[in-house]
Amino acid sequence: MKTEDLVALLSTRVEPVDAAHGRRRFLLAAGVGSAIAVALVLRGLKLNPGLGQAILVPMFWVREAFCAALAGAGMMGLARLARPGRRLGIVPAAVVIPVVAMWLLAMAVLTAASPPDRLALIVGRTARVCPFLIALLAVPSFIAFIWLLRGLAPTRLRLAGAAAGFAAGSIGALAYSLHCPEFAAPFIAAWYLLGMAIPTVIGAWLGPRLLRW
Amino acid sequence: MLGLAGDEVAYRAYLREMTAHLRSFLRRRLRGLPEDVEDLLQELLLALHNQRHTYDPAQPLTAWVHAIARYKIVDHLRRRSRSEALNEPFDDGEPFAGADHDAAEARYDVATLLRELPDRQRQLIEYVKIGGASVAEAARLTGMSESAVKVGIHRGLRKLATRMRGVR
Repeated sequence: MKTEDLVALLSTRVEPVDAAHGRRRFLLAAGVGSAIAVALVLRGLKLNPGLGQAILVPMFWVREAFCAALAGAGMMGLARLARPGRRLGIVPAAVVIPVVAMWLLAMAVLTAASPPDRLALIVGRTARVCPFLIALLAVPSFIAFIWLLRGLAPTRLRLAGAAAGFAAGSIGALAYSLHCPEFAAPFIAAWYLLGMAIPTVIGAWLGPRLLRW
Repeated sequence: MLGLAGDEVAYRAYLREMTAHLRSFLRRRLRGLPEDVEDLLQELLLALHNQRHTYDPAQPLTAWVHAIARYKIVDHLRRRSRSEALNEPFDDGEPFAGADHDAAEARYDVATLLRELPDRQRQLIEYVKIGGASVAEAARLTGMSESAVKVGIHRGLRKLATRMRGVR
């Protein structure tokens, strides 16, 4: 077929583009992924029984804001990487600023604590399971975001895969925080971030394999 | 862009303009592979069409088109080097073989690839995109709903894009 005939074929009876379609799919992917993660926490892990008192502790809200800010940055990155020719703009800063802020806070807490207490502030009581549970809770969102990206046109596949993993990891962390009894900044700075890093690395690895078009 | 609103004439003019623009874009970037230009051009036009929902009217059109073109060129070269590693090319003596062929004809035939699509999708594309029937008419002819017709055409063209990548 000549190129001119292909042009004729493509333009014949061309359908108008539904601008809201992409937004609906995005909300659907984020919604389904988060809902499954929350359901897994409620059914499998159980809510933190101290949640009623925890919401009075400022650090609880710092932790929630930290996870939510990173989830927002990850999804913003996802939205941009899903479309050809869009710049990342403020996305790298939106990822780095909360992370650095949490590290500074962790450092301040550790400096103020007496040396024998420092290790306990980092390790808490649940460091062994925290990153893996976060990574596990990221799985539904990760699958949803890969499905989303496959319907769009990412051109930087490794980065797009990493963004899907990072956004899913932050959503997983947000869901996990409903169960998690740890509030110390050094704990969050270490293990929450590790939990988000696991799906990010897996996403960067899978991106070029799953997202080609 | 009027083409995105479903204006057939505007959309055709836009695709023609992109054809000319991308052909020279590809010729400059695939200087050693003149015989690949028309193949990749057809693949690119199909990509521009299939991915037109990813264009944000607030963004410059050239940034969007060039990002897709660059992605497809890299993808093409990567697949090419992989298949060359597998089977040694034997046309080294004639690097410009095929350069006299009609430049507007690609090596694979989209019409052939279309015939190999699943019956239902092929039929819908034939009715609407080749025959010029409206979506409503195609829905009546096939007994499908209008949205099923649209989805069928969309899936068929996406499958066509996948087949194009697999052929070379």
